[in-house]
Amino acid sequence: MSADTHPDAHGHVGDGHGHDDEEAHGSRKGYAIGFLLSVVLTAIPFWLVMARPLATQATALLIMAFAAVQMVVHMIFFLHMNRRAEGGWSIMALLFTVVIVLIALSGSLWVMYHMNANMMPMQDMSRME
Amino acid sequence: MTTQADLDRERFHLDEEPHHPEGSSTMLGFWIYLMSDCLIFAMLFATYGVLGTSYAGGPGPKELFDLPLVAVNTSMLLLSSITYGFAMLAMTDGKRGATQGWLAITGLFGLAFLGIELYEFSHLIHEGAGPQTSAFLSSFFTLVGTHGLHVTFGIVWLVTLMVQVQVKGLIPANRRRLMCLSLFWHFLDVIWIGVFTFVYLMGMLR
Repeated sequence: MSADTHPDAHGHVGDGHGHDDEEAHGSRKGYAIGFLLSVVLTAIPFWLVMARPLATQATALLIMAFAAVQMVVHMIFFLHMNRRAEGGWSIMALLFTVVIVLIALSGSLWVMYHMNANMMPMQDMSRME
Repeated sequence: MTTQADLDRERFHLDEEPHHPEGSSTMLGFWIYLMSDCLIFAMLFATYGVLGTSYAGGPGPKELFDLPLVAVNTSMLLLSSITYGFAMLAMTDGKRGATQGWLAITGLFGLAFLGIELYEFSHLIHEGAGPQTSAFLSSFFTLVGTHGLHVTFGIVWLVTLMVQVQVKGLIPANRRRLMCLSLFWHFLDVIWIGVFTFVYLMGMLR
């Protein structure tokens, strides 16, 4: 943001306060690593589903694991998330969001699955009147 | 002579207020906006997760989704992410021309992504698999469409910033704006990971 004196993205100069300019922009190497990892982490799940070398359940678990890892890769290499960004507030906001998302997703799926399983069949609903 | 007011001022007001440069809290604020956006997508994912198997006698994911097309689409978005990264690096080096060039390439990849998505949508609707066909398709179009809408506004924002950079150069305010858009753009790619995994790939496994 401000005209910082660090022109390059390498070397963590010890300014612990405020923002790190180099952290916020990343480095060529960081983007390259992130991109290569993303390509691999995208290609494998697509291949797993298109070629189907594994059983359905194993494939499902694997592609979800790959998605989770790729999200972390993007967070680190593209969004430059770390524990120090914005004095730690970014990671706090992120963790809070992740907790809410997990509760909302697992709760919705769990509750609605059981409701579906326990609800009377639709044909009977029409004859109830 | 020191009055009570003077003492209070000494006690409660610093001689020099802590220095907050303009825009110093923008990045954190924008990050928190992105987190709220993340919650919107989480709700749409949850909706899709609940309704995604209710076909109402209509077609299911296996008949509708074209994985090679989704793979191309995914690579468009991934490529646009890396080119935006290069734009940020060029910005750090203060190279206006290179920044503009990479931003333009990013925008083109974004447009390609949108074009493929719109082609897919029109193809689905043409086949009679529009959003009104089943709960599965309603939630599918809402989730993927909301992501596409975000990309659309990202492109509008990108063009706006390119004009800004052209007119005013890489001034601190423009650098800050480009960094916000960088977060937004990469964030959309993170959401897309969820979309291609949970909607398209998991859909083909059903």
